[in-house]
Amino acid sequence: MITLKINGAQRQFDGDPEMPLLWYLRDVAGLTGSKFGCGVGLCGACTVHQDGVAIRSCVTPVRGTVGKEITTIEGLGSSLNGGDHPLQKAWAALNVPQCGYCQVGQIMQAASLLKTKPKPTDKDIDDGMSGNICRCGTYQRIRAAIHMAAKEKA
Amino acid sequence: MNRIDNSSRRGFLRQVFGTGALVLGARILPTRALAALESAVFSPNVFVGVKADGTVLIVAHRSEMGTSSRTMVPLILADEMEADWKRVKIEQAIGDEKYGDQNTDGSHSVRSFFGVMQECGASARQMLEQAAANQWNVPVSQCKATLHQVVHTSSGKKLGYGELAAAAAKLPVPDKSKLVFKKKSEYRYIGKEIPIYDLADITHGKAVFGMDAKVDGMVYASIEHPPVLGGKVLSFDDKEALQVRGVSRAVEIPAFKPPHGFQPLGGVAVIADNTWAAFQGRKKLKINWDPGSNASYTSSEYKKQLQATARKPGTVVRNVGDVDKGFAAAAKTLEADYYVPHLAHAPMEPEVAVADFRDGKCTLWAPTQNPQAVQDTVAAALGIDKKNVICNVTLLGGGFGRKSKPDYCAEAAILSKQLGKPVKVVWTREDDIHFDYYHSVAALYMKAGVDQKGKPVAWLQRSVFPSINSTFAEGVKLGSAGELGMGFTDTPYDLPNLRAENGEAINHVRIGWLRSVANIYHAFAVCSFADELASAAGRDSKDYLLELIGPPRLVDLKAQGVDYPNMGPIEQYPVDTGRLRKVIELVAEKSGWGKRKLPKGHALGIAAHRSFLSYIATVVEVAVSPAGKISIPRVDMAVDAGMIVNPDRVRSQFEGAAVFGASLALMGEITATAGKIDQSNFNNYPVVRMNEAPLETRVYIVETDAPPAGVGEPGVPPFAPALCNAIFKVTGKRIRELPIGRQKLV
Repeated sequence: MITLKINGAQRQFDGDPEMPLLWYLRDVAGLTGSKFGCGVGLCGACTVHQDGVAIRSCVTPVRGTVGKEITTIEGLGSSLNGGDHPLQKAWAALNVPQCGYCQVGQIMQAASLLKTKPKPTDKDIDDGMSGNICRCGTYQRIRAAIHMAAKEKA
Repeated sequence: MNRIDNSSRRGFLRQVFGTGALVLGARILPTRALAALESAVFSPNVFVGVKADGTVLIVAHRSEMGTSSRTMVPLILADEMEADWKRVKIEQAIGDEKYGDQNTDGSHSVRSFFGVMQECGASARQMLEQAAANQWNVPVSQCKATLHQVVHTSSGKKLGYGELAAAAAKLPVPDKSKLVFKKKSEYRYIGKEIPIYDLADITHGKAVFGMDAKVDGMVYASIEHPPVLGGKVLSFDDKEALQVRGVSRAVEIPAFKPPHGFQPLGGVAVIADNTWAAFQGRKKLKINWDPGSNASYTSSEYKKQLQATARKPGTVVRNVGDVDKGFAAAAKTLEADYYVPHLAHAPMEPEVAVADFRDGKCTLWAPTQNPQAVQDTVAAALGIDKKNVICNVTLLGGGFGRKSKPDYCAEAAILSKQLGKPVKVVWTREDDIHFDYYHSVAALYMKAGVDQKGKPVAWLQRSVFPSINSTFAEGVKLGSAGELGMGFTDTPYDLPNLRAENGEAINHVRIGWLRSVANIYHAFAVCSFADELASAAGRDSKDYLLELIGPPRLVDLKAQGVDYPNMGPIEQYPVDTGRLRKVIELVAEKSGWGKRKLPKGHALGIAAHRSFLSYIATVVEVAVSPAGKISIPRVDMAVDAGMIVNPDRVRSQFEGAAVFGASLALMGEITATAGKIDQSNFNNYPVVRMNEAPLETRVYIVETDAPPAGVGEPGVPPFAPALCNAIFKVTGKRIRELPIGRQKLV
């Protein structure tokens, strides 16, 4: 039995500790906001925060997250956290999503980026976001939304 | 079918639906209200209902995969009905032929259903007005529906839609000839930038995609498919697989009977109590395969065959004048071979479906572009009637044509029936790349004879590709009229002598339509070759292209004996070179063609193409570094897609098309060795990332009252040739084979 802390709540898990966090979140904890895209850390659809930093939950075994704070999209911009994250507001203002499947991972990655680079340049955004694929091709709006959220935060 | 029968409810439904549905080819009309509308007290047709509390329910019968169909098609109805969008609730339709066509493919959701939605909205609005008139005992001409209520124009009295619903339900549905439509100036939502219905759910991770579907008692399955198309399981050993914690059993799925169509490929499924355990168990399977006849397929050899075929005469599919005489009289001839490899769709959400078979019925939850094809495919796989297949449509994490082929849904259904419990089939990314219905590989040969000024007097083009029809029939060797009509038989150039030929090719993998389909390779060859002729003549690419297209006119392909399906009625959607010229002129102006100062190593390239009844011209600015590295600082696109419902969503589709086009042009390539696909995930089937994507795409929409045309696909075809034409300007190197990443530029 291991204990995980997800979105501020303690959770017990007695399954296989090698199970990637993504599948624990999705199949066991019922938190389906984080998505399965590639299974090997190449696309970023599964991005969550571990102690505030973006990680790929599809290649992170649950045992590795013991003692760490995991935040998923369900815990990012909730009423508990004072409403929408500035990125979620910017995403809506600029109508970023098309199909929407990768957008949770994009937002989680961008939220992590803004912590280290509150005023990111285009180069910072390229460096921070190029691990996240959007097959619909919303990159231009993702970039604009990150700039918009950075402005609002500042 | 259109007989007016006011004595029964069924008759009313026929009356209002007959016309629209018949136009769309629907065979059956509704006999009862849709379950989604059952909470409505007033439901004049299968697409709309009004609840007593005033909530307007509108049925989205098209699938949402990012093009905004699920919002924009219902929005047309809401606008015409004078419904308050804030009080509209969208209900996603199950698969049912009563809606007409539900295959969300071919860029036609708005085009095919604009009129239907208007009719449904207008009839609901007029019935609500009549109900108010009856209640107030005043002429209906004094009752005007305005934003969710009916107003008595002289007294100012008002009744809400919810208050009128019960009375409206007792009224006859007006005859189509009695419907009065809003004027364009009265549109409340059409033409405005209304956000998509699911926006907040998406940004909060609450949107339900196929991957998120869950039902009680569900088990998870991962399937090892035959590595080669047509392969079969000879035997398998599941001992080690069953040792994996959470794995309960392994089940064989039988191989398909040719032609494969949408049938499952066969293989061995590992069943577990979570997805990861199913994946792990599957890795432990030991399977002995019969690889089948396609094991001889190696794409590098196949490429040579296609190219050799393209160098030989083929079946003539369009002939104008006398090409051979034209060549004999030409001052000079030019020729070029083009090649585009197989491509994979790679939607971000891999194939996934949940099926629950019980009591002779199968209920599914799936991200599908075509729920009626799910019904047909599952019914055939289980040997049940299609009316016993209930397909719930979730949001799609991308589709691009892949999810109109429901093989993965049939897998879930077969397993659920066998196991007696609900099953979720989850494909890995490797499954998705290995077992796609690939975009067709194509080899093309182009030859032009030009006069002293470099203007073509003879033009020969050949296209060779394994046809999508090979999915549905064995022994198919030639392209269909539909594929050839995508940028090949409809080349809009003003040529005195033109011949188009199609050579034979046999498929060795599953071939399917992918965003913009055969237009990709046809536009690549035709638009690149036009630019080759321009540079050979020492002319400006844009000016030469306009001359090649010639004066504004309607190209009558039928008169030239071409079997040209078009994508809509040719009278309504002619091949209009005037509209093509206009987008070229617009994009040239907006992009600063010939005027914009560009840094060293940068250049512009142009291409224009009509597809899905829309006219697109694209200018790509490329930057090539001294080391040969490509970046794309800016893209300009001019779009004439007829009447537009939502300019912002149209722009987003073209922004996305530039990225999709960049992926296939720069890096898209599927190859095979001994029948097995060589690529497996985003490491070796890369798609464009943020740092590789066009930095800025500007979209200019032509304002027109022309009927609505396609939006989701037509931005893709002109992108690759425009990019390659720009690369030529910088480097002097012609790209005749995709992907560009395979070529040395400096």
